[in-house]
Amino acid sequence: MLVFIIRRLLQSLLALAVMSLLVFVGVYLIGDPVAILASPDATEVDREQIARALGLDRPLWEQYALFVGEALRGNFGKSFVFGQPAMGLIFERMGATVELALVATVVSILVGLPLGIYAGLRPDGIAGRSIMAGSILGFSLPTFWVGLMLIMIFAVQLGVLPASGRGEVGSFLGLHSSLFTLNGIVHLILPATTLALVRAATTIRLARAGVREVLHMDYVKFARAKGLPERRVIGVHVLKNIMIPIVTVTGLEIGSVIAFAVVTETIYAWPGMGKLLIDSIVNLDRPVVVAYLIVVLFILVMLNLVVDILYSVLDPRVRLGEQKG
Amino acid sequence: MSETPTLEVRNLQTHFFTREGVLKAVDDVSFTVRAGEVMGLVGESGSGKTVTGFSVLGLVDPPGRIVGGSILFKGEDLAHAGEERLRALRGSRIAMIFQDPMMTLNPVLRVDTQMIEAILAHEKVSERAARDRAAAALAMVGIAAPEERLLAYPHQFSGGMRQRVAIAIAMLHRPDLIIADEPTTALDVTIQGQILYEVQKLCRETGTALVWVTHDLTVVAGLADTVSVMYAGKIVEQGRVDDVLDRPLHPYTNGLLGSVPSRNRRGQKLRQIPGMTPSLLRLPEGCAFRSRCPRADQACAQMPALAELAPGHLARCVHPHLETAGA
Ligand SMILES: Nc1ncnc2c1ncn2[C@@H]1O[C@H](COP(=O)(O)OP(=O)(O)OP(=O)(O)O)[C@@H](O)[C@H]1O
Ligand code: SF4
Ligand SMILES: [Mg+2]
Repeated sequence: MLVFIIRRLLQSLLALAVMSLLVFVGVYLIGDPVAILASPDATEVDREQIARALGLDRPLWEQYALFVGEALRGNFGKSFVFGQPAMGLIFERMGATVELALVATVVSILVGLPLGIYAGLRPDGIAGRSIMAGSILGFSLPTFWVGLMLIMIFAVQLGVLPASGRGEVGSFLGLHSSLFTLNGIVHLILPATTLALVRAATTIRLARAGVREVLHMDYVKFARAKGLPERRVIGVHVLKNIMIPIVTVTGLEIGSVIAFAVVTETIYAWPGMGKLLIDSIVNLDRPVVVAYLIVVLFILVMLNLVVDILYSVLDPRVRLGEQKG
Repeated sequence: MSETPTLEVRNLQTHFFTREGVLKAVDDVSFTVRAGEVMGLVGESGSGKTVTGFSVLGLVDPPGRIVGGSILFKGEDLAHAGEERLRALRGSRIAMIFQDPMMTLNPVLRVDTQMIEAILAHEKVSERAARDRAAAALAMVGIAAPEERLLAYPHQFSGGMRQRVAIAIAMLHRPDLIIADEPTTALDVTIQGQILYEVQKLCRETGTALVWVTHDLTVVAGLADTVSVMYAGKIVEQGRVDDVLDRPLHPYTNGLLGSVPSRNRRGQKLRQIPGMTPSLLRLPEGCAFRSRCPRADQACAQMPALAELAPGHLARCVHPHLETAGA
C-alpha cells in the first residue's frame, strides 16, 4: 500500500516536471510578458527594469532552474500581473471551482444512475430508448452551446434564473459555500447543469451497459431463485456490481471536470480558477499558469489514489498491493 | 401413492423466440416426482434440462416463454401463477442448485449477506437468529468454522466449497422440492461423492423431492428412483431406474449405455454417441434422433408418441428395443 502510494507520487512529480517545462517554453515562444505589462509609453529603460524585476532578463534555462529551486522550497513565484503569490491567487478561487465541480458531479449521478438503470432494465421500451437518445445528445452538444442556450431560455426569455456570477456565499461549520444561501443555490443551477450534462450522459451509458451485462449473470438468477424481492435483486445484487466502474470513472472524471470547468466558468463569469487561468494565459502570467497546472495535477493524483482505495473497498477481489501501478 | 405428487409437469413447452426463429428448448415434457423421491433427468448438452428447471421456478429469461402445459406443484399450477406467488415459493418451497458454482454467488457480497437475505426474504426473524441459522446450515454441509466462513467473500472459497454454500442456501427453508442442475460436474470426484451423499441424506431426512440433472449414469443408478431421458427438448424414455438402466427401450438411451447388453452396465458413464444433436432451430420432420439412430427407417419420418411399452416404462420410438425389455 505504501509502496503503491510512493510510486504514484513519483510518477506525478515526473509529469509535473515535464509540464512545467512545456509551459515555460510555451510562454517564451508565444510572446513577451513585459510587452503586455509595461504601459505603451514606457521607455526602453523602464522595460528593462520590469524584465529584471521579474527575472525575465535571464536566459530561459536559468529562469527554469531558478523556478525549480524555489518550487522545491514551496515558493511558486508571484503573479506578474497582481504581484501576489501565484498559489495564493489559485487557492482564493479554488473553492468556487471545486464547489461547482462537486455539485455538477453529484447532480450527474443522481440523474444519470436511475435513468441508466431504468434504460438497462427496459432497453426496448420507449422510455429506455428516449433516455439513450438523450444521452447521445448530452455527449455531442458542445458545452458552450448548451450554456448559451440555457442562458437564452432561463435567464433571457423566462428570466427565472441568474446567468452570471456566483451568488451569496454562506458559511456553516467553518465551510464556505454558496449551497448555504438560497441566492447562492439559484446562481449555481445553470452552470452546474451545463457542467453536469456530459457527466450525466456518461453515467447513463455506464449504468445501462452495466445493468444489461450483470442481469445475465448466474448470480442474479440465483438471487431470484432465492425468492428475493425484485427491488433487492436490482438495488443490491445488480447495483453493487455496476457501481464499480461508475465510481471509478466518476472519481477520475472529477479531476477533468475541474480542469474543464474553464469553459463553463467563462460563460457564466463564475469566479473560479478556470476563469483565472484564461485571464492569466491572455496576460502571459506564467507563474499563475504553472501554479494552476500544479494544483490541478495534484488534485488528479489525489483523486486517483482515492479511487483506487474505493475500488478495493467496492470489489473485494481487488487488493491494492497486487495491482501493477 | 394416492397423495398429490410434489411436482407434476404436464406437456410443458418452453420456447425461445429468437431472431433466427422459434427454438423449442422444451417441447412436450411430462414427469412426476413424489415427496422423498429422486428423479434423474438425463440428456446431452442442449437437450433442455436446465430450461426445464428454470421453467419450474418461473425464471426463464426472455426471449423465452412457457407457451404450453402445466407445472403442478402440490396441485397448484405454477405455469399460470403470478410473479408474487412464484417469488414466495422460490427459495422457500422450491430451491435450485445451479450448474456452475463459480458463478452462483455474487462476487461483491459476503457469504453471510447472501445467506441471511435468503432467510429474511421468507421469514420474519431477527438478524441474529438468521445468522445462527446460516451458520448451522454451513455446518450441515460440512464447512468447518462456519461462523468465521460466513464473513468471507465467495472468491475466498474453492469451487467445491462454493457449491456447498449454494446447497446450504437451497436447504435453508427445508424446501419441498430441490432442482439440482448438475451440481457436481464442475467438481472433482471425491467432492462429488461427498456432496451427493450429503444431499441424498438431507432429502431422505426431510422428505424433499429431488430432481437431479446429470450426464453421469453412475450418479443416476446410485441415487435416483426414476429416470427421464431428454433428447432435443423431448422426453424420449422414462421409467423406474432399474427398468431404464437394465432394459433401455429407446435407441438413444441404449446408445448412451453402450450397445453390448451387459449386467455390469451400472457404473458406466454416458457414452459418446456418434453424430451431433441437431440444431433445435432446424429439427428434421419426425423423430429428432433419426440422423444418428441405427434403427431409423421410413416409419421414423413421423414423430412417434411417448407410449407405455412396459408397465411404468415409457419410450418415444417406432422401433424400441423390446427384445431386451421382454427378457
Ligand atoms: N436465453 C436463451 N436464449 C436462447 N436460447 C436458449 C436460451 N437458454 C437456453 N437456450 C437454448 O435452449 C436449449 C436447451 O438449453 P439447456 O440449457 O436447457 O440445455 P441443457 O440440457 O441444460 O444442456 P447442458 O448440459 O449443456 O447444461 C439450447 O439449445 C439452448 O441454446
Ligand atoms: S423413432 Fe426411429 S429414428 Fe427415432 S429412435 Fe426410434 S427407431 Fe430411431
Ligand atoms: Mg444445463
